[in-house]
Amino acid sequence: MALLSIRNLSVEFSTAGGPFRAVDGVDVTVDTGDILAIVGESGSGKSVSMMALMGLLPWTARITADEMSFDGTDLRRLTARQRRQVIGRDISMIFQEPMTSLNPCFTAGFQIKETLRQHLKLDRRARHARAIELMEMVGIPDPERRLNAFPHQLSGGMSQRVMIAMALACQPRLLIADEPTTALDVTIQAQILDLLQGLQQRTGMALILITHDMGVVAETAQRVQVQYAGQKVEEQPVRALFETPHHPYTAALLAALPERATERRLPTIPGVVPGQFDRPEGCLFSPRCRFADDTCRHSPPPVQPPALGIARCHYPLDTAATEAAR
Amino acid sequence: MLKFFLARLLTFVPTFIGVTLISFAFIRVLPGDPIIVMAGERGLSEARYQELREQFGFDQPLIVQFWDYLTGILHGNLGMSYVTKKPVWDEFFALFPATVELSLCAIVIAICLGIPAGVIAAVNRGKFFDRALMSTALVGYSMPIFWWALLLIIVFSGNLGWTPVSGRIDLLYYFPDTTGFMLIDSLLSGQKGAFASAVDHLILPSIVLATIPLAVIARQTRSAMLEVLGEDYIRTARAKGLAPIRVSGLHALRNALIPVVTVIGLSVGVLLAGAILTETIFSWPGIGKWMVDSIYRRDYPVVQGGLLLIAGMVMIVNLIVDLLYGVINPKIRKR
Repeated sequence: MALLSIRNLSVEFSTAGGPFRAVDGVDVTVDTGDILAIVGESGSGKSVSMMALMGLLPWTARITADEMSFDGTDLRRLTARQRRQVIGRDISMIFQEPMTSLNPCFTAGFQIKETLRQHLKLDRRARHARAIELMEMVGIPDPERRLNAFPHQLSGGMSQRVMIAMALACQPRLLIADEPTTALDVTIQAQILDLLQGLQQRTGMALILITHDMGVVAETAQRVQVQYAGQKVEEQPVRALFETPHHPYTAALLAALPERATERRLPTIPGVVPGQFDRPEGCLFSPRCRFADDTCRHSPPPVQPPALGIARCHYPLDTAATEAAR
Repeated sequence: MLKFFLARLLTFVPTFIGVTLISFAFIRVLPGDPIIVMAGERGLSEARYQELREQFGFDQPLIVQFWDYLTGILHGNLGMSYVTKKPVWDEFFALFPATVELSLCAIVIAICLGIPAGVIAAVNRGKFFDRALMSTALVGYSMPIFWWALLLIIVFSGNLGWTPVSGRIDLLYYFPDTTGFMLIDSLLSGQKGAFASAVDHLILPSIVLATIPLAVIARQTRSAMLEVLGEDYIRTARAKGLAPIRVSGLHALRNALIPVVTVIGLSVGVLLAGAILTETIFSWPGIGKWMVDSIYRRDYPVVQGGLLLIAGMVMIVNLIVDLLYGVINPKIRKR
């Protein structure tokens, strides 16, 4: 049985302009030891679906799912109190902006030890020792001194390392990293990704990496799930996805990578992700898709079998078509 | 820290000069003559009038009078009251403890109720509790304080008979002023029931005086909390699986505290300057009432000295608030 299994997750926000569907029927399955990347443009519902899993969305969000289970526990049935015993301990999360994700009023040590105190019955001394151990594990030099540092005394990379130490404090079975490197320098990005990968291998935890950077995906992930406008449009192992994307959106994303460009001008995807008020009737990608026809524009696409990348498309691309698309 | 402290102390100097100048000018700009006021309805002869003018130094040019006043202050001499013939310094410190006692009780009530109320309102933004609390706070803030005081007296002292109407302690008890604080003195006296009586007398005036600061603190806490609750680190705290009360009461409140401490500091300053209406209604022998009486009597030294001492107290409170910023927020400490 999968460690995390989410089926048909939808999240709706009630806004002044009516309900807005940020996540629309998304499935996520992760096994122990998996590294799953969730890729998509801004507004594709990547973060929101994971926040829904963590229970971090505001009360204005309406979350529905056919299944949402973690290690055999149905998360939908847990009370708020029971869920708080799972998140932070078995499932933990790190965020995009490390500099603002740490509380400026408390030391790094306090914030790491707080997690330990919340979930593990450790005494003061054990918490201190564990905090130092964690700081060493995430590669923070001079941990004894850094424990007493306030967030404003730490660099972005250091802050993200503290966040990772905090997330790993209780040896989680699943770590969700929400664009962990977006706000960091390129050199630091690589370090943090290496660190996450190394820690994942060492602890055997599952890792969900939310990103919009295909380069990060190629380097880190084992499996990739592409989201568009709140829907999962394709899912494949990373190598297969890069070789034979089945959904036109994935193909277009890959074609837009600078390292894959064959012409002087970098190909782009025309248009923008549909918002609350311009949601197309049929396939959500149809207004921007070069293969779209009337069927695409008027009827929602079926979900293709795993051989075709579970693509949500009327006319999934096969190898030949991909070649033609290039 | 010490450097910061000394630098702040240095800024007291121009403030002090400003306050002496303003208080000196302010009381003299008011029409009326202290000698005439002192003479009362009987009046006095022209010769006697000139004699007194000379005695008080009013025949000198204003600049000379100001200079005499300044040199007096620098020697620690605030002058004598024209009316009571007692040093201003002694009078102030005989009355000041009463004001401090009342203000402290009021501000403690305001803080203990205002901050939790603001936090709860912010967490339940837009829900019933939030709306109810914020409209109550608005009513509290805009209510005429004398009317509110009278209302409370009528209900709790008059109809229900739970609290005394005025004064600091029951006439049954007598003991010497050791500290000037009735709560402490009554305890020290060891007389049975004295402390309870002092507390009874404090309740209503404290509530009345706490009303406006309470409303201001609650609203300020709410708005500061609303801002902080949207921050990334609050999401982090929640992602750790912390209980909501710890997330809002510790992680959010600590960050929201700076503006709240600022308004608390300002309120304390205002309260220390004497709650004139409250002190008058409850016959509370504090400095607010004393200052107003002195202005009516054109008692120049009392008004000048009193204003100066009150300004000094307010400056000290502000200094404490500034030092508190650093304690609350480590980022400010560094500067």
